[in-house]
Amino acid sequence: MKQKRLFVQRSAVAVLAALLVPAFAVSPAAAKNLNVMTTTEDLAALAREVGGQHVVVDSIARGYQDPHFVEAKPSFLLKLLKADVLLVVGLDLETGWLPPLITQSRNARIQPGGAGYHDASAAAAVLDKPSGQVSRAMGDVHPLGNPHYWLDPENGRRIAKAIAERFAQLDPEDTAYFTQRFQDFDRRLQEADKRWLQEMAPLKGTAVITYHRSWPSFVNHFGVEVVGYVEPKPGIPPTPAHTLALINQMKKDQIKLILVEPYFDLKTPNAIAQQSGAKVLVMLPSVGGVPEVKDYLQLFDYNIRLLKMALGR
Amino acid sequence: MSPSFLWGQETVSADERYRALEERIRSLESVVASLKTALEASGAAATPASAATEIAAAQAVSQAPESTAPALGGAGGMAKVLNPDIGVIGNFIGAAGRNPLAPVPALSLHESEFAFKAVVDPYARADFFVAIGAEGAEIEEGYLTFTALPGGFLGKVGRMRSNFGKFNPLHNHLLPWVDRPLISTNLLGGDEGIVDEGLHISRILPAPAGLFLEGSAELYQGNSGELFQSSRRSDVSSIYRLRSYKDLSESTNLEVAGSYARGHNDQNNWWSCYFDGTDTFAPDGSGVSGGQPGADGVSVAFPPCILARGYLSRDFHTQLTGFDATLHWKPLRRAIYHSFIARAEAVWSRRQEELGTQRAFGFYASADYQLARRWFTGARVDWAERARDAAMHDSAQSLVLTYWPSEFSQIRGQLRRTRYGEGTTANEVLFQFQFNIGAHGAHPF
Repeated sequence: MKQKRLFVQRSAVAVLAALLVPAFAVSPAAAKNLNVMTTTEDLAALAREVGGQHVVVDSIARGYQDPHFVEAKPSFLLKLLKADVLLVVGLDLETGWLPPLITQSRNARIQPGGAGYHDASAAAAVLDKPSGQVSRAMGDVHPLGNPHYWLDPENGRRIAKAIAERFAQLDPEDTAYFTQRFQDFDRRLQEADKRWLQEMAPLKGTAVITYHRSWPSFVNHFGVEVVGYVEPKPGIPPTPAHTLALINQMKKDQIKLILVEPYFDLKTPNAIAQQSGAKVLVMLPSVGGVPEVKDYLQLFDYNIRLLKMALGR
Repeated sequence: MSPSFLWGQETVSADERYRALEERIRSLESVVASLKTALEASGAAATPASAATEIAAAQAVSQAPESTAPALGGAGGMAKVLNPDIGVIGNFIGAAGRNPLAPVPALSLHESEFAFKAVVDPYARADFFVAIGAEGAEIEEGYLTFTALPGGFLGKVGRMRSNFGKFNPLHNHLLPWVDRPLISTNLLGGDEGIVDEGLHISRILPAPAGLFLEGSAELYQGNSGELFQSSRRSDVSSIYRLRSYKDLSESTNLEVAGSYARGHNDQNNWWSCYFDGTDTFAPDGSGVSGGQPGADGVSVAFPPCILARGYLSRDFHTQLTGFDATLHWKPLRRAIYHSFIARAEAVWSRRQEELGTQRAFGFYASADYQLARRWFTGARVDWAERARDAAMHDSAQSLVLTYWPSEFSQIRGQLRRTRYGEGTTANEVLFQFQFNIGAHGAHPF
């Protein structure tokens, strides 16, 4: 009995020690700035545009990382614990890694439905929404639509506006600041978009192959035409039979460009390019894909410059 | 907050009206493009600008808030409304070779796991995992997680795989091997490991220099396989874990943790007769040291006596102490092609029995390397004494090769050589087909 009493006492001490750890050590900082966590660098870039000096922004995924396959790490919990806002891409892009991070974040603000949980897809025009029977026979299909929607500048504008509204809800005192920041970003984006559309005009209708279905919003906006994919189905690595069919298609239709995201292996695209006489172009689906692309506008500047160079226009 | 708050504060200029109109035109274009894509995806004949398409597009746009972006996003997920995410995982296992001591069927659907997950309310979410195997259906786990506790706490209540060690909390389909390590069988009470009904509470603890430190405490009913057995309401078991984690670089991280568990073992379930104090037997009739066989040859007929539990003057406990370390390397840019994980886990068992205390030790060490996007290989070394007879130990070596056709299925082969304490050596080939339908479950970390 003595041993049991000792055990109970030890257990109680251990639990009390955990309970009495000073809450301030891990509680959200009482700073004025909103603490913003995003799942991708693109959302982080837009949040910085509208949040300016009144937000502190960090992203879970890096721009050169496949956002479908991020490793959930305990170190992210330390950041999520303090977050006032969590901005997510949604449409199941993060479904393989984000839910346990949110659940274990110990942060009620960023739970789905919480004031700080913001799904950016709610404001975006989403393409590739499958209808009818949807199954995994179609590959790693996203039933709610293609989640790479931020690659349309119009969506960038809508997302930024919704983020500004969310920031204003959480920090009403700075509503005018966020409004002004958004309007400034909107103006710069509109000007840049006019320039991009002019630069891309000669490429309108150009047929390209892409590795993954990352670009429907981009090509829809700029008028480029995607006529095939290196992946036979979304998320399914290329097979020899599909690769051969793609080479034949490219030869027949004189397709001269293969767009590849930085996180995919170039072996198969290079082999296809060699056989078909096409070029392989590593385009960036996200801000931060290369060090010099630090914001949302630079992402389009970089990709359009690459496209023009690759097609010699 | 009004969705159009950004516009409401200034007089709407002609320029802004033009911009709003332009946006609506673009919205209409997006809707048409979306519907066209959907029609093509469904195999329907693509009839550009058909009347139905135009009407649908017009309706969609008319529902959009005026002068704001169209609500075209898929964030709602209306397909399932309030139903939980449902997934089913099949685990088919085959075995070849000879193993007289721990045989498994040549071919079997070892387990089918049904997972149901949903947010319960603003304060909690629920997860249920129903495992159906040859022995019937059981709730492998069913717990409520409180996500909005004050003070940075996370709470769980229900039936759970306990937070002891690294592999014990993992479901079978998440293991990088076909089987569980020998320490599970020999020291943690069986293949299922420590699973029980109770409470969990954990908290991230303050730590310097970006170190992640998490402490957890669990209180259970006290019944878990052959490890813990509760004979009274007060015979609860408790489990504690302290986990530290550090990112060594962007690609490499290290986790080191210690665990401790304590509960009553089955030695407390002995009964005794008062008549001479020497004849004892367990409720299942084993351990008989006196009396006469009954008429059926199985049950035991004793001289008249008063059966009483708790004759022995002390409680018998089993204590487990565990240590685990995991080194993980995954280069972010090539994360889908290459990764490496090295794990090591050691468990010390201290089991009190009437004749003394059994002190047993066991460990495993494993390494897994991802060769390519679909291919993984690994090796594991096991060594474990037996909790009930620490003089006996078993050891094993395994080689594993896994192929992932997609995220949702995998084919695995494992060569296993096991040397049992009895002197028998078993050489086996285990193979496994796993498949997942329904909602995509995120893996624990």
